[in-house]
Amino acid sequence: MYTLPSKLKIFAIIFMVVGALGLVYSFMAAPSTTAEVKEMMAGHDDHGTHHEEDTHNVAAHGEDHDEMATAAAHRAEGEHGHSAEDDSAHSSEEKHLEHSLHQMQNRPWSALYIACFFFFMISLGVLAFYAVNIVAQAGWSPVLFRVMEAITAYLVPGGIIMFVLLALSGFHVNHLFVWADPEVVAHDKLLQGKAGWLNGTGLLIRAAIFMGGWITYRYFAVRNSRRDDDASDNRWYKKNFKISAAFLVFFLYSESMMSWDWLMSFDPHWFSTLYGWYILAGMMVCGITTIAIITILLKSQGYLEFVNDSHIHDLAKFMFGFSIFWTYLWFSQFMLIWYANIPEEVTYFITRIEDFKLPFFGMLILNFIFPLLLLMNSDYKRVNWFVVMTGIVILGGHYVDVYMLITPATVGTSWFIGLPEISAILFFFGLFVFVVFTALTKAPLLVKNNPFLKESKNFHY
Amino acid sequence: MASKVIHALYNDDDLLMQAVKETRAKHYHIEEVYTPFPVHGLDKVMGLEPTRIAITAFMYGLVGITVATLMMNFIMIEDWPQDIGGKPSFSYIENMPAFVPIMFELTVFFAAHLMVITFYMRSKLWPFKKAENPDVRTTDDHFLMAVDTGNNNLEEMSKFFYGTGAVEISIVESEDDH
Repeated sequence: MYTLPSKLKIFAIIFMVVGALGLVYSFMAAPSTTAEVKEMMAGHDDHGTHHEEDTHNVAAHGEDHDEMATAAAHRAEGEHGHSAEDDSAHSSEEKHLEHSLHQMQNRPWSALYIACFFFFMISLGVLAFYAVNIVAQAGWSPVLFRVMEAITAYLVPGGIIMFVLLALSGFHVNHLFVWADPEVVAHDKLLQGKAGWLNGTGLLIRAAIFMGGWITYRYFAVRNSRRDDDASDNRWYKKNFKISAAFLVFFLYSESMMSWDWLMSFDPHWFSTLYGWYILAGMMVCGITTIAIITILLKSQGYLEFVNDSHIHDLAKFMFGFSIFWTYLWFSQFMLIWYANIPEEVTYFITRIEDFKLPFFGMLILNFIFPLLLLMNSDYKRVNWFVVMTGIVILGGHYVDVYMLITPATVGTSWFIGLPEISAILFFFGLFVFVVFTALTKAPLLVKNNPFLKESKNFHY
Repeated sequence: MASKVIHALYNDDDLLMQAVKETRAKHYHIEEVYTPFPVHGLDKVMGLEPTRIAITAFMYGLVGITVATLMMNFIMIEDWPQDIGGKPSFSYIENMPAFVPIMFELTVFFAAHLMVITFYMRSKLWPFKKAENPDVRTTDDHFLMAVDTGNNNLEEMSKFFYGTGAVEISIVESEDDH
């Protein structure tokens, strides 16, 4: 049995408290009037505001792509003054300030949403990977089942916070979803057409069904797995096999729809048909990386003595493989839109390339080049600290990936990775560590009667 | 002096693996093992050096990506520039996303084909080559271990190999001199 070290507990709580304080401060520090925005812009010449002024000047000169980006951002703000550029200079200035005000007000909400989804997605990815292992009757992985089960414990608290955030966004308490603003929808033919799907009630009903399904599966799978420890036959094992197969069918549909609802609808005019797969790939690579990091961590503390280098090697192979799979889907999406160059599609990438050059391309290096080069060599996949370091890079890269999915539509040109973003990460990281490591103490770290246990213990590559 | 070689035949890969381990523990010199299919882990048990084919694969991949880049640069940029989808091809880097599939495919193509050719050359395999395996049954369902007798007692050796589970043992004169 694993006991939660009190140091780890304090560490997690400190992270949560510091993160929460930072978030509260970020919400309070967000400007509430355009005058404040003006002051902030004049006051300090930091990256965010400076960058924004540049963009604005270019836009004022009527450069095509920036107009498009600004228009997209305007739309995101819940403004419908698309003719801003035609107005007189003064009115345009005022509009711009108001626009920035909305962006700055959105920023703490957006940061909260991104971090919340990021940690939720890790947990969900692990749940899917767990089910895949059971259904595939994988012989190598049963020694890691208890670690996976513990990580999926975060689904419940993470899911509740996610649901609350979705409710707040879907009913327009904050301004994250443009389609939730009735005023915008009243002036937008496309959004009116999509209102049958994109509305607050529908969003919450679907979220409840998806999360309900995932959490229910998680509950029964973990319960059966623990009952299997004392069982004299394979009854619980067989049950788990069946519900895992059913779950995977449900998961693939629900995950895809979840990605439209929770992520793609930030840019409600834009759509991509492989979006669900793309999100799934990121989810899986983050989940598997987290399994690897926690396994290595526990091993270094003297637990999980039955996990050998070959298990780590296999996890690292999955990290490598899914990183490439993620890149493949990212590129498939990018190249078709880039090549076709259809205005309503290509704005999505133009906004990102114009205003987010560093994170947009930096993320590709972190998520593709790093894992490709670091994990290509077979021997490196067995060096534990190497896997952990690469894992941290991958997780950082995928945080930026999620950030890039959401921020351009919510915060636009006022983006910066600063206090709100880091505080939100700290808060959810603390919560994640607390929940996962508490869940680890709830059951022995090794499953007992799994029919593949012996094979898994002797697994040797 | 032509030495004698023992051919020990097995009909199970697990038995063969065990036999190889025991033979090496006895410090007999294994010349070669012939199997109808690749036996996982046999190379490690036999104490063979790790393969370097992965390194060649990486280098062939680099060759492939270079060939693809040069080729597409010549075809699409230098020789016959076109304006596709509003993207005039005057610069390789600006049109690069369109060439990524080709770069990827040629990387794989070069790595795969050159790796196979390298493997054939290192294994001394080429068309119309006469088969080297001493017993046709090793192409079907038998495993053959060829062990150099050296100065060891033949009687003792054959006893040992029957003990490891060999179904048949024959002693042949080695063709090549040591």
